[in-house]
Amino acid sequence: MHRMLAIVERDLRRFRRSPTLVVVSIFMPIVQLVVLGYAFGGKVKNLELGVVDQDHHVPALELQGMFNAVAANAKTFKTTPYADQASAMQDLRTGRINGVLSIPPDFSRDLLAGNDPKIALIQDNTDQFSSSALSGSLAQLLGDYNRDPVAPRTAGKATLSVVEVYPYVPYIQFLLPGTIVLAIFVSAMIGGGIILIDDKARGLHEGYLVTPINKFELILGFNLAGVIKATIAGVVLVTLGSVIAGIPDPLNVFRILRMLVLVVLTALTLISMMFLLMVRVADPLVPRAIFGVLNTVLFFPSGAVYPTNAFPAWMKAITVADPFTYAVHGFKALVLKDTGLVAIGSDIAFLTAFSVLAMGAATLLFKRTL
Amino acid sequence: MNALPSNERSASVLDVEVDHLTKRFGDFCAVDTLTFSVKHGEVFGLLGPNGAGKSTLIRMLTTLVPPTSGHARVNGFDVVEAPNEVRKAIGVIPQAMTSDLDLTAEENMSIFAKLYGLPRNQRRETIRTLLEAVDLGQWADKPVKNFSGGMRRRLEIARGLVHEPKIFFLDEPTTGLDPVSRVSVWEMLDNLRKERDLTVILTTHYMEEADKLCDRIAIVDHGKLVALDSPLKLKASIPGRNVLEVSFTNAPADWGRRLAALPEVADVKAEDSVFRLSSNNGPRTTVALMDAAREAGVAVASLSVQSTTLDDVFVHYTGRQLRDSLQTANPAESRFMIQRT
Repeated sequence: MHRMLAIVERDLRRFRRSPTLVVVSIFMPIVQLVVLGYAFGGKVKNLELGVVDQDHHVPALELQGMFNAVAANAKTFKTTPYADQASAMQDLRTGRINGVLSIPPDFSRDLLAGNDPKIALIQDNTDQFSSSALSGSLAQLLGDYNRDPVAPRTAGKATLSVVEVYPYVPYIQFLLPGTIVLAIFVSAMIGGGIILIDDKARGLHEGYLVTPINKFELILGFNLAGVIKATIAGVVLVTLGSVIAGIPDPLNVFRILRMLVLVVLTALTLISMMFLLMVRVADPLVPRAIFGVLNTVLFFPSGAVYPTNAFPAWMKAITVADPFTYAVHGFKALVLKDTGLVAIGSDIAFLTAFSVLAMGAATLLFKRTL
Repeated sequence: MNALPSNERSASVLDVEVDHLTKRFGDFCAVDTLTFSVKHGEVFGLLGPNGAGKSTLIRMLTTLVPPTSGHARVNGFDVVEAPNEVRKAIGVIPQAMTSDLDLTAEENMSIFAKLYGLPRNQRRETIRTLLEAVDLGQWADKPVKNFSGGMRRRLEIARGLVHEPKIFFLDEPTTGLDPVSRVSVWEMLDNLRKERDLTVILTTHYMEEADKLCDRIAIVDHGKLVALDSPLKLKASIPGRNVLEVSFTNAPADWGRRLAALPEVADVKAEDSVFRLSSNNGPRTTVALMDAAREAGVAVASLSVQSTTLDDVFVHYTGRQLRDSLQTANPAESRFMIQRT
């Protein structure tokens, strides 16, 4: 027991002495949270829409009046009038504007004659976020424009009324659960995998192997130290991240305690995974080469940044086996919905099973010789 | 030259017994059926070039690498069957510098004291005493990353002794150190060994180190034991007691044969115009050589007379200079070679 604690002690002393590690494993994920959170910060705004009015009559002017209302309020887009189609198209191609709305010469006459006139939206579809925001906004606007001033006597139309269960969740909050898991992962990667390999390469490991420490004390000591370090990173993210992202009541003790359970379990899971991956590796370049890719392969399929429902089948297969998925799902429930631990029972079960299997396999593979 | 001299068998306590010990890495035989033993209290040197199998041998004796065949007993325990008993009895200084750079000298010692299960009340005192013994007393609370190579080596020596081992293994303790640090490590080892009841087994490819420190030396080459005895006896075992290195400006073709005929000359080796004469009586051969040169009208360009060194012993037994073979590291061992920083 005291031998195991000696290994933990040296790891934590080293952790304390290397501020780089602390900064990298705690503050980098926060930076990522803030930058990504605001980069995708909610709704698309301030698009440029060129308007070519070839009609100039009252209905066309009314329509443009509604555009100006959007420009003043929702700020999805603002309009620039163009005298002719050609110069508007020119600016669309050069990227000066995001779309061209063309009102045909006979718009007012057709409208008044009940002929359902068409207006054209020509847009730069290389940027899907902008183009879908633009067409969505314009479609809604035209719907309002078409609404009859007096309710028709025919049977009522079905409409969709949306009820949101939780308060509005900005993207930065949606991203927070993934960022917490990422911070734990980075810590597990550096404080677990890389340290193990570097110890081997620098001969420190050899120094331990000639002492009477047994295999299990060595494995336990090493992984316990890793879990402690990753937990520290996770707890900082859970509290500081919640404050930064504006989660309601971020410092509630019970909420933090519930999250601590999941932080420790996630740390254990990711440290076990790292240990299994690195248990037979001796070359210090290997972890550095694979960890960047590993990060991508585990983080993005987990649903941390985009809903998993849209993934192709092969990626859904990764999602199912990826411990990130369950950790992110668990943190989403705890952070965004403030549920209890019972609600994330299946996530806890998966993470526990994953840890046990990975740690068991790694223990079998671990050699107490060089 | 007998690999196992007769007095070996009469020794009462054998701290290390190696019996037909072999280690193969695939087709490569790093250690080839080695047999020898080390008496209690001895300083035993394993001398050989890089890749000779010294480190692999040490690693088998310190339970780090399992042997392919053969047996080894350390402090009476088999390295395969009772590795933990072996580990308790030995202190090991691996070839690489293995101190934790982020920790202080004292913390490094303390971690190992705990790994060896030293009781809490003894730890502080033992660590203090050992750090003083290796002249690092005033550096105890300084981080090791600020230490010189020699200081780190001394710290490791202290660390290896923290549990008062009976047998001390040092794998190339002075490789990579400057000459001053090397001498200080030698002195330290010599003192520690006198103060404590230690058996020391060290590997080296420095002849001077082996000569100065070791009671007995095993010369290992290509994984095989080629000679084993005390430095004095090893030197005496090869022909000649002195070596004359002499070069001539206009030596005739049969000059080598005429040199061999000089009094007391045991052997002549020629390399271009430089001749290496092994002589049983250096001064007598030198006088005769000068006379012979004068008579033949051959001019002596340079001449040196030395006592036989371990270098000569090494050349005699392996057929090459130790420094020539330093580059031929074996591929299997380079797996474990560590970059020294």
